[in-house]
This record gives sequence, C-alpha cells and structure tokens, in this order.
Amino acid sequence: MSKEHKDIDDIIERYPGRPEYLIFLLQDIQAAYNYISPEAMALVCDHTGVPLTQAYAVATFYKSFSLEPKGEHEIKICQGTACHLKGSVRLVENLSRELSVRPGGTTQDLKFTLETVNCLGACALAPVAVIDDKYYAKVTARKLDTVIKKIAKE
Amino acid sequence: MAQTNKSKQEVWPTESLFMSPEMLKAYREHLLAEKDPNRPWIIVCHGTGCMANGSVEVAAALRASIKEAGRNISVIPDIKTTGCHGFCSRGPLVILQPSGIFYQRVQPGDCKEIVQTTLIENKPVERLLYKDPKTDEPIIHHEDIPFYKNQLRVVMHNIGKIDPTDIRDTIMAGGYEALAKALYQMKPREVVEWVLKSGLRGRGGAGFPTGQKWLSAIQAVERKGGPVYIVANGDEGDPGAFMDRTLMEGDPHAVLEGLIIGAYAIGAHQGYIYVREEYPLARKHLSIAMEQARKHGLLGTNILGSGFDFDIQIVRGAGAFVCGEETALIHSIEGKAGEATPKYVFPAESGLWEKPTIINNIETFCNIPLIINKGPEWYAGLGVPNSTGTKVFSLVGKVNNIGLVEIPMGMPLGDLVENIGGGVPGRKRFKAVQTGGPSGGCLPYELRDTPVDFDSLSKAGSMMGSGGMIVMDEGDCVVDVARYFISFLMDESCGKCLPCRLGLKSMYQILDRFSRGEGSVSDIDDLYSLAKAVQDGSLCALGGTAPNPILTTLKHFRSEYEAHILDKKCPAGVCKALITYWIDQEACTGCGLCARNCPQNCISGERKKAHQINEALCIRCGMCLDSCNFAAVKVV
Repeated sequence: MSKEHKDIDDIIERYPGRPEYLIFLLQDIQAAYNYISPEAMALVCDHTGVPLTQAYAVATFYKSFSLEPKGEHEIKICQGTACHLKGSVRLVENLSRELSVRPGGTTQDLKFTLETVNCLGACALAPVAVIDDKYYAKVTARKLDTVIKKIAKE
Repeated sequence: MAQTNKSKQEVWPTESLFMSPEMLKAYREHLLAEKDPNRPWIIVCHGTGCMANGSVEVAAALRASIKEAGRNISVIPDIKTTGCHGFCSRGPLVILQPSGIFYQRVQPGDCKEIVQTTLIENKPVERLLYKDPKTDEPIIHHEDIPFYKNQLRVVMHNIGKIDPTDIRDTIMAGGYEALAKALYQMKPREVVEWVLKSGLRGRGGAGFPTGQKWLSAIQAVERKGGPVYIVANGDEGDPGAFMDRTLMEGDPHAVLEGLIIGAYAIGAHQGYIYVREEYPLARKHLSIAMEQARKHGLLGTNILGSGFDFDIQIVRGAGAFVCGEETALIHSIEGKAGEATPKYVFPAESGLWEKPTIINNIETFCNIPLIINKGPEWYAGLGVPNSTGTKVFSLVGKVNNIGLVEIPMGMPLGDLVENIGGGVPGRKRFKAVQTGGPSGGCLPYELRDTPVDFDSLSKAGSMMGSGGMIVMDEGDCVVDVARYFISFLMDESCGKCLPCRLGLKSMYQILDRFSRGEGSVSDIDDLYSLAKAVQDGSLCALGGTAPNPILTTLKHFRSEYEAHILDKKCPAGVCKALITYWIDQEACTGCGLCARNCPQNCISGERKKAHQINEALCIRCGMCLDSCNFAAVKVV
C-alpha cells in the first residue's frame, strides 16, 4: 500500500536539515498522510530551519499540497486543452453534482476527493480521468458513474 | 555480479566501470556480438497512452501465447517494452521486427492470433493492420504509414526501439559515444563552439541560442568565480504538450548524456533535472537510468576515466505551471515558492544560490549528443536558416492521428496537420491551430502555409513555445478557447506583478461575459487594449505572452466574437448560455436512454416514440448528447 502511515520522524530523517529540502519533505509527507498536519509542518520547520510562515507560503503556493485530509479515493479529471475540447468541463460539472462536492473538495464520508488537473500529457486518450493512479481513456459521464459506483461499493 | 573464473573477455560483469572510451566501445561490441542476429523481436509500446489502453496486459498475453505455442515457433522472439512511438491514438501498438509489421489497437485477446498467423504461418493479421483513412488500404509496414513516413525522427531516433530501463540497449544504439568524444577529443570551449555553430536554439519556448547561453555562464564564472550549476527543465506545464515526457520516459540516457556534455562544456559539477509532478513514469525511468549510468562510470566521479566529476539530482515539481519559467524554477529548487523575479540579471549570471546557472529544456539537451556525434555542419543543414534542426510537436485535438511527431523546422503548418496528422475527423479542413501552448496564438486555416519555425510563427503573432499543436475544427468556439486559456493562466499566475495578476482576471471576466452573450462591441476594443497593456507590463514571460490567444483570435475571428455579443449565438455550439439542446424527431427511436440519464428529468416521451426536451428545465449538462446511440440529440 502506498498510503501506509509511516512514522513522521522516519520521513524527516531522509533529508539533510537544509532549507532546500522543504519541498521534498512536504511531498513525502503528503504522499504518506494525504495531507500536511500542523504538527507535521512544525516538525519539518524545526528540521529545515525554515520559518513557519514561509513553509505555509510554500505549502499553499503549490497545488500538490493539501492542508486538509483528502478522501480515500482521488478522482482527477484532466482539464488540458485536448480534454477541454472534448468536453471535460461537463464531466467535472456532472461529477460535482453526483458527489455533491466542488472541484478540489472531498465528500462528507471522506470517500472521494474530486480534483481537476491541468494536463496529464495523455492527450490521445482525451477526455481522460485518473482514479487512484489508474487511467481511464475517452471517458463519458456514464462510464465515470459506473466506475465510481463500483469503487464506492468496495 | 561476482567474478567467475572465466576471463573478462567472455563475461562482462554488468557493474563494470568504464575507465576509458575504449572500454565503452569494447562493451558495445561485446553486446552486439552476443546478440543473436536471427532472433526476431516484438516491440510493445509502453508509453503512457498505450499503457492506459492496456499494453501491459498485451505484453503479458503475448508472452503467454508464445509460451503456449512452444516448439511450433522456430525462433522464440524477444519481447521488448519501449517508450512512446508517438502514434498514441492507435495504441496499444505492437511491431514485429525485423519484418516491421505494424499492428494497432491490439488487445490481449488478439495475441493468440498474432502468434499463430504471423509467427508460425508468417502472414500478417489483416484486421489489426493500420488502414489509410483516405484509401482504406491496409498498410503492413510501420515505415510506410503516412504518419511516420512524413516525419524526420532525429531526436527521437531511439524512442520506440530501445528498452529505456536497460542501459545495454542504449549502449548498443551508440549511446554515450558523444560523451566519450567530448571528454577525450574536445576541449570544453570547443563543445560550446560546436553548439554555437549548429545554430541550436532552446526548445523550451523562447528560442534563445543555446551556445550563447552557455558562453555567458562561462564568462560569468571567469568574472566572479564558481561554482556553476546546470539544470534540465522538465516542468512541461503546457496543457496539450508531452514532448519532454516522452523523451524522459523513452530515452532517458539521451537526456543524461546531453546534460553531462553540457556540464563538461561549462564546467559544472552539480546538475538538476526538474520533473513535473504529474510525470511519475518519467521520474522512474530517469532514476533507473542514473543508477545504471553511475554503475558504469558514466555519471559521478571520474566519468569514463577522464577525471571529470559530475552528478545529478532529480527535483520533483509540486504542481505549479509558472515553475517552467527560469527564475521561478530556481526558487522552487531552492525550496521556496515558485515566484518569478525580474530578469535584470540572467540566471546564467546569477541563478541557483546566486551562482551562475544554466537552464535548458529537456529536448534541447537531447539535441546535444547529435551535434557532437555528427558535427555542427550536419545539424545546421537540417531545418531552415535561423531555425536549425528538428522540433518535436504534440499534435492533439481534432485531428485523426493524435500523437507525437518530429519534423524539420520550416514545414508548412498545413502539411503537418494534413499529411502527418491525417486531417480533421469527419470534416474537410481544420478551423485553426493553437501553437505554443496556452500563451501561444491561434492560427486560422488561411495561414496554413506559415512555415513552422521560430521567426515565422512569431511574425504570425503566435510562438513556437514548447511544441504543443492543438487542432480545432468548426465545433470549437474561439471565444470559449480564449476563455479557457486565460482562465488557465489566471489560475497559474504567481500573482507577483499587477498587470498579470489583475489584467488576466479582468480579461477573463470580459470573455466570460461574452460567452454568456453579454457585453457590447466597445468591450471588444477594451479587451484589446487591456491585452496590449498586460503584454507590455508583465514581469515574466507568463504574463507577457498570456494575451496572445486573445490577440490572435480577435485578429482572425472577430466575427465570432461579434456573433456572441450581437446575435447572442455561439456559432460552434459550445457556449452553454447560448445553446439549446433538441431531439431530432426523425432520428429518435424512443429508446428512453437519454430520459433515464437526464439529471433534471426534463426529457419525456412514450416508449418507442420520439422524445422531447423541456427547454425550461434543461441545464445543458449534455448527458443526453453523450448517452444517445443514434445521434438524435442536437445542439444549436
């Protein structure tokens, strides 16, 4: 399992205590815990010597960091140009309605997070969706609905 | 591997360090001699596109079918998984070598037939062959397909032929020979001279001469001392572009070789490869390649026994488009927020930790070994004067052959779309091509003769950018596309300078009103002057080029803007507020599928009779259009 909980100190010890490793650390923590908790942030700052304010500036600047827990399954809908031309906006709107979340949000049962991404570079598959790192090519609202219902049942 | 009692000529330990070019050459000869010339091999494309379509399962099924057939096959072929072949719309691709038989859209269930018909009976499987859409004739061989025939694959020469995770393939194909030549036969300054003479311009967007950039870093070091850093920019953020991803995934050693030669030329000992977050496979292949190169003494201390030390670290991006910009990228590597800073002083003078830093695009580095191997004169002979060499483009959107293509600079835009791209599906011609990514320009069909090179594209109001080519047809609305690009850039603006931060937002608001049919003709003029102000006043290239899609669409498609504002109509049928869905009463079979899928329950009709949409309740979600199997749902 990729999202297993690892002891946060183990992650911190992976890198030397220098400011340039801030982003590396945040990425590893995000990958392990799905979000960056205030406690984790404080530990990272202690280790790298980066002021807390600056670390939050970094964590909120980059899209891949989340300060709130994310859902168990991550649905990414590509919004690249090729996908846009092939109707990806409608896919997001429909999913938003089905799951009752805004893009970027997480469902109340913490099951799904709906994300939009700029381009996955898989334009021949447009419109493309990625659910838990599996690519779904040429998706329609109907296809997505079936996949999500199946995952929800698991 | 432990040394056995056999002599070194017979067994080459895989970890052997190459301490001289001769050892590299001997290893290559050894590998080539070891290869059975009669053993065929089957290539299964493992690019991201083919993998998403199931190529991993196809490779497994092929292995199983071959095993099952057993002794019926005279020579058991080798199965090779390679990087992206470029023809992504036809994946998963399977190519049999040495015969060159090309199968497209292969599914695991087809593998048995491939083994029986082709491997045993020596005949092609008709139904898996590519058919020319114009003539409907099947084409057997890979090199005869127009998509490949009209390309010139120089930078991508190895991609799709080698296994990117096995350095032996790269070495057999002549990899690292340019590095050996540079280290042993050329002085660093000579390498710079060759790159200058080749006319190579940066492939990341701006097209700055690479040799000149290197020279300025060398001069900066002479003035104020080192160290100097070298960075490969793989933060390919343009939506609809995947050239660098394919190069990193399909031929990672070429990226490393180019970077090491660059480091030797400018005297760097530490390098970075900045890879976008969304490209996990590229990072994996680069890491594997780096590990293999270190084991063979091609990276690290005392490279090839020459005394030159250089190592590389991979830096993973964190999801910010602006980090493709040099100064923002530097901040990101330093662990800070990726905000751009004014380039009063170029990174070549003062970059990472205020030391001279060279940043080149991935594709630029992939060109370097070619220049060293074949000479600057050969390179300068490709393409057109002032835009030498080839360029890789990702051809996407409304085009038959979606994929990655490499052409010599200067090919007319129309030829690229028609001959290689195979034209627009179901229509006679394309409407426009957006070149250069979101901040490039939209070139209409009328400008189809524009040569694709740096200067001609700039003259037409667009730019080369990193090489995204997005083809649009009559079903695409230019107002919507401009709104899309501006909304993308507005989100990605780092917010440091005012023209970009507020200008993009205001432009977006105007375009958003247009897409709802609101606004007046004077707003078009306001939009134009605002676009000009953002272009002039922004700090970095993101803001400086952001108005390009607006300026070019206003120039070539003003009537479409006017149709939105004056007639309250979207001619392409895209802008939601201006369209109506209706059901063609002749075509509707009354199957009821659309009614079941409609989230508003606004479609009604008796079973097996034509249905109707209640316009007042319709939210224009398009579910009915997607679900109809008879194309009876229409948009006006």
